[in-house]
Amino acid sequence: MARYGMVIDTTKCVGCMDCVVACKTENGTPEGFNRDWINYVVSGEFPTLNMEIRSERCNHCDNPPCVDSCPTGASHVHDVGKVVLVDDKLCIGCKACIAACPYDARYIHPEGYADKCTFCIHRVEQGLDPACVSVCPTRCMYFGDLDDPNSQVSKLLNSRKNHTLIPDAGTKPRVYYLT
Amino acid sequence: MNALSRRRFLKITGTTVGAAAAGGAALKASQILTQPRSGSKGIQKIPTYCDICFWKCGAIAYLKDGRLWKVEGNPEDPLSRGRLCPRGTGGVGAHYDPDRLKAPLLRMTKRGNEEWVEVTWDQAFDYIADRMQKIKKKYGPESVALFSHGIGGNFFKHTLKAFGTPNIAAPSFAQCRGPRDAGFRLTFGEDVSSPERTDIKNAECLVLIGSHLGENMHNSQVQEFAQAVENGATIIVVDPRFSIAASKAKYYLPIKPGTDLALILAWMNVIVKEGLYDQEYVQKYGFGFEQFATSITEYTPEWAYPETGIQPEIIRKTAREMARYKPATLVHPGRHVTWYGDDTQRSRAIALLNALLGSWGRKGGFYYPVGMDVPSYPYPAYPKTVKEKVDNPAKKYPFAHEAITTGIREATITEQPYPIKGWFVYATNLIQALPNEQETIKAIQNLDLMVVIDVIPSEIAGWADVVLPESVYLERYDDLNVEWFREPFVALRQPAVESPNDQKPNWWMAKKLAEKLGLGQYYPWNDIEEYFDVRLKSAGLSLSELKKKGIIKGAQQPIYFDEGIPADFSTPSGKIEFYSVQLAKAGFDPVPKYKRPAGGPPGYFRLLFGRAPVHSFGRTQSNRILSDMMDENEIWVNKKAATRLGVKSGDYVRLKNQDGVVSNKIKVKATERIRPDCVYMVHGFGHTSKMLKHAYMKGASDSQLITRYETDPLMGGTGMNVNFVTIVWEEA
Repeated sequence: MARYGMVIDTTKCVGCMDCVVACKTENGTPEGFNRDWINYVVSGEFPTLNMEIRSERCNHCDNPPCVDSCPTGASHVHDVGKVVLVDDKLCIGCKACIAACPYDARYIHPEGYADKCTFCIHRVEQGLDPACVSVCPTRCMYFGDLDDPNSQVSKLLNSRKNHTLIPDAGTKPRVYYLT
Repeated sequence: MNALSRRRFLKITGTTVGAAAAGGAALKASQILTQPRSGSKGIQKIPTYCDICFWKCGAIAYLKDGRLWKVEGNPEDPLSRGRLCPRGTGGVGAHYDPDRLKAPLLRMTKRGNEEWVEVTWDQAFDYIADRMQKIKKKYGPESVALFSHGIGGNFFKHTLKAFGTPNIAAPSFAQCRGPRDAGFRLTFGEDVSSPERTDIKNAECLVLIGSHLGENMHNSQVQEFAQAVENGATIIVVDPRFSIAASKAKYYLPIKPGTDLALILAWMNVIVKEGLYDQEYVQKYGFGFEQFATSITEYTPEWAYPETGIQPEIIRKTAREMARYKPATLVHPGRHVTWYGDDTQRSRAIALLNALLGSWGRKGGFYYPVGMDVPSYPYPAYPKTVKEKVDNPAKKYPFAHEAITTGIREATITEQPYPIKGWFVYATNLIQALPNEQETIKAIQNLDLMVVIDVIPSEIAGWADVVLPESVYLERYDDLNVEWFREPFVALRQPAVESPNDQKPNWWMAKKLAEKLGLGQYYPWNDIEEYFDVRLKSAGLSLSELKKKGIIKGAQQPIYFDEGIPADFSTPSGKIEFYSVQLAKAGFDPVPKYKRPAGGPPGYFRLLFGRAPVHSFGRTQSNRILSDMMDENEIWVNKKAATRLGVKSGDYVRLKNQDGVVSNKIKVKATERIRPDCVYMVHGFGHTSKMLKHAYMKGASDSQLITRYETDPLMGGTGMNVNFVTIVWEEA
């Protein structure tokens, strides 16, 4: 069974937010909220600077604290690709998952349930890439099965320097950043 | 002619509306229902091309159960290559924008008060045609001018030419790319054109001078930039601000603003002195190289250092790096280059640097764009205009090859060489596009007729007598895009959904107006599809195929000298002009010379401005999807300078310029990513149009602070980076 993950090449990313816009139109995310966002991480002093530009979202962790903390089972690991999802019918909007997530990846939808990135599982099940990956004008985002050694994501992770976010949290995130 | 006075209009319509006319309640995009396409269920895909900026990317509009859902790139389209930029992806927000203009509006009270009555289209055209005929009778047809932006202006241009005016201009020349195209014309005999003929994807070394690709989101350019980065091209970025592109660069040169020409001259000095230029190319194609070489001997890296702040060894190192990859070294000519008033000469220096590297006409440099032969519609000839164009009297700006907006503005104020009494403004917010808004407002006071055609109620609409609401691109046909690019193609913009209110496409308005003016013979077609059909048939193409695919491509053709493009240069010498006799004859420097830009008052920062990837000019701030990405701009201040001033990120301040003009409040971004002698903001915010409710007074407008400008003596461009500001604390 697949274990989906995302690999994002920060050297190509220009932080244009196309991924954020595409997510919004694809998923109808309400005004004022977004499921993904851009982080510009600047280090150094002018003019000797470094900047890592990252498209961030739910990390669909192998060890998801949101799922562990959910009292109703709304937050769960989906059969397909081990994607972390929220069943809005079971969610009571208690925000335990929001408190548990070290990535601040969730928000409460105006209709009262926790919402976040789904890796566009509705598209993936049709053989498409997630919306963010499919629109990126720099083609810096890759999606696929981390357990398949022949997938593009696995190959990139084997050949390129990369990191995840807050690895110390022990969540085993599945969104990787190439540097 | 059915002449209606404004007084009678008020009687007829009865409905008087204030600023709310174009606004309506603040609805969320999801709450606004539009007309579903008759009985349609499921997903429909309609190919078209985008209009969120002028790049014209091929797109596919998706409808879900008859409602507009999303827009994606058309994979067949060479411009988008199947991927739109964030603005294009957010294009649905233009359709659902509750702040859109909804019905034709007629001014009720003083110009600029934004008090209107809604009128019918017929009434609006009667009013406009009546005023136009009166202007024609009293002053001649030349006294009506059109300001236009983008392909949507084509049919209004046609109507106004048929009316008899030659006075048609776009800010894209004198406020944007004009100096670049003039500088390249003087050197190679040709423009860089749009989309730029830059072969970024094949460049092995890419030099960006103030070009902030990645923030400036011209789709094909950014896609190719990412390719160049992936290919390991050496990126050299020259910018007072650590831009997105700078973060990808091997060499980031944090130049003192306004001194770019000094750096370019020093680079050329090194390349010539060390014999690193493409000697065969220069010998074969160059004219006046010896005079050129002599005239740049003084510009050593040591000379340039105190001007630019760039260390001589870095200047040498980067010059050698450029030479190492020649001819696949592309020194990007930029696009918005109206900075300091000597912009044509700076652009010419960029052209010359490329000439030294042999990159013009070569892979990884500048290619020769190709286009499809789709003949124009066989319209009757336009009437001969009696008077010369008004914008550039006595060829004051001898190298202006397009009309100068600010020249028309000046003529409107001075009535010299003759009065301009009518303005049509299509899809360009002149209040934000032209420098010194007070001059624009002063000119408007002299008009007998002011018509604005747009999709949103921008500031300029607020000054109009008549506002005509246009359908957004997803709801209309537009002229065919017969593009000049890497490969020949023709693209169709076609409606995916109906307009939600009484908006109309530009072609319909332009045709109706022509008919009211008694110029119906200039529109022999009844419907725009007939127009397409005639043009496409004469090119041997089919409209039904184009409607289905959105794009038809022609056969690939050579685009480089090496592939057989003849190395012809349309300059007076027929060669690449290192030394320009025509410039010398006109009294200008035949080889660019550096002049130090004037500084600002002590304690002031130079005001710089640019683009954000999620907005187009001031046209997208009320698009709810794009405003969700960025709903106000920030003022970038160097961190140490901010600390010294006692401001921090998130504080609201105002900016006061050298003439005492104070901006709307704006959020501080205290950052390491900018020099301490300048500040930077994204253009297009700080809207003051009350009708533009969602964007009203969010962020500050750079345009408002641009009270001064330096006019380029060669082509009339308005250099706008010559204003200085201080920070004024906003009371909590």
